[in-house]
Amino acid sequence: MSWTLRAEGLAKSFTLHLQGGVEMPVLRGAALEVGAGECVALSGPSGAGKSTLMRLLQGNYGADAGRILLRRSDGSVADLAQASPREVIALRRDTIGHVSQFLRVIPRVPALEVVAEPLTARGVPGEEARARAAALLHRLNLPERLHALPPATFSGGEQQRVNLARGFVAEYPLMLLDEPTASLDAVNREVVIALIDEAKARGAALVGIFHDVEVRHRVADRVLEVAPLREAA
Amino acid sequence: MNDHPILSASSVTRAFGAVRAVAGVSLDLWPGEVLAIVGESGSGKSTLLRLLAGDVRPDAGTVLYRASSGATRDVHTMGEPARRHLARTEWGFVHQDARDGLRMAVSAGGNVGERLMASGARHYGDIRAEAARWLERVEIPAARIDDAPRLFSGGMRQRLQIARTLVTRPRLVFMDEPTGGLDVSVQARLLDMIRALVADLGIAVILVTHDIAAARLLAHRLVVMRHGRVVEEGLTDRVLDDPRHPYTQLLVSSVLAA
Repeated sequence: MSWTLRAEGLAKSFTLHLQGGVEMPVLRGAALEVGAGECVALSGPSGAGKSTLMRLLQGNYGADAGRILLRRSDGSVADLAQASPREVIALRRDTIGHVSQFLRVIPRVPALEVVAEPLTARGVPGEEARARAAALLHRLNLPERLHALPPATFSGGEQQRVNLARGFVAEYPLMLLDEPTASLDAVNREVVIALIDEAKARGAALVGIFHDVEVRHRVADRVLEVAPLREAA
Repeated sequence: MNDHPILSASSVTRAFGAVRAVAGVSLDLWPGEVLAIVGESGSGKSTLLRLLAGDVRPDAGTVLYRASSGATRDVHTMGEPARRHLARTEWGFVHQDARDGLRMAVSAGGNVGERLMASGARHYGDIRAEAARWLERVEIPAARIDDAPRLFSGGMRQRLQIARTLVTRPRLVFMDEPTGGLDVSVQARLLDMIRALVADLGIAVILVTHDIAAARLLAHRLVVMRHGRVVEEGLTDRVLDDPRHPYTQLLVSSVLAA
């Protein structure tokens, strides 16, 4: 099986200048390969660097060393670790889907628009984008009366479903899922598991942090242990 | 992806007396891109904006603008008539104080229509209809079209300035602290409006702000300035979430989370 994501030699440390320049090494020599249609779960104690790795894979943190090779849907390969800001933005539009644990709310933008935005950014006409967004929100059991409201006042579970819909509405070759079921009830958890299965079936590569052991067992093909650096060194 | 920057500054330097306000700044802006220049008062960010727009001449360095015709023009040697023409047609300016961008005694509709006429529109009915459409777009009630902006609130004036600037669909807009001096509740509305309009029209924007939250909301890319120099630049969320420079770390850690 050919890979969609291939990360190697990743290193990340933080220099805290406000704390006297303390160095905080988090990752060294981290590597990960995920094939099309495969789901890899990151595991390890908190503080081990799972979230840091996810942020590197999304381009939110910059790697100190290493490569993050991504295969775009046209087959071409990009190195996210070397990509310019414009290239990262293009990769996020077309290649990397991301479901974070918390929704960063934009004032005044209704939930439906939040979800439709990844489609309109790719040039899908507004009406079609909103129809697809509404269908996915329905599937995630977000009541229709909430679609036209900005998610700022939504509950944690409602915001997470908006976030999930935004992540799954467009078909990305790579999906990054950070605790996608953390605030969900059993019914919606099943919906998310089905969405993940469908993404795998269409050939997406997925990387996730799943603290819910049952969800992890059901969706992950493989578990990657992320070990804290001091013990690994 | 369009492969020519719309604006390109190299090694731009400017001193006022013994003070080097801007020291050797280079940057590129791409079509449709929003670039925020952040830093504290005195960092040189407003001077840099004026250098980029051609309002202040550099002691050294060049600023090149790639016009819609494809021709590349040096902003500081093109001459005042050419620059004024650009300012009327392909460029726009949003000032912190709306009074600097509006004619306070002219009606709201007239403020918007005037800019249309300056860029060549002639038909009165079309101009008034377009002005009305833009007032609606920036959420100014149609009934206020004949009122002068001196009767408007600060937020409404700023929205009118946005309408006046964007009505001609400029390719490049310079914004200097567009939300400065407004109430917080008014700022959110204005920011969201700017965000939606800029994305919708595909305008390139250089935004000077000391408001990190505004930069996060609006900008694709961030330049952090201190003492006239760029200390850090990059993708907005990466600079804010993974800041490298001590000054950027200080700036980010000083923002209160709501």
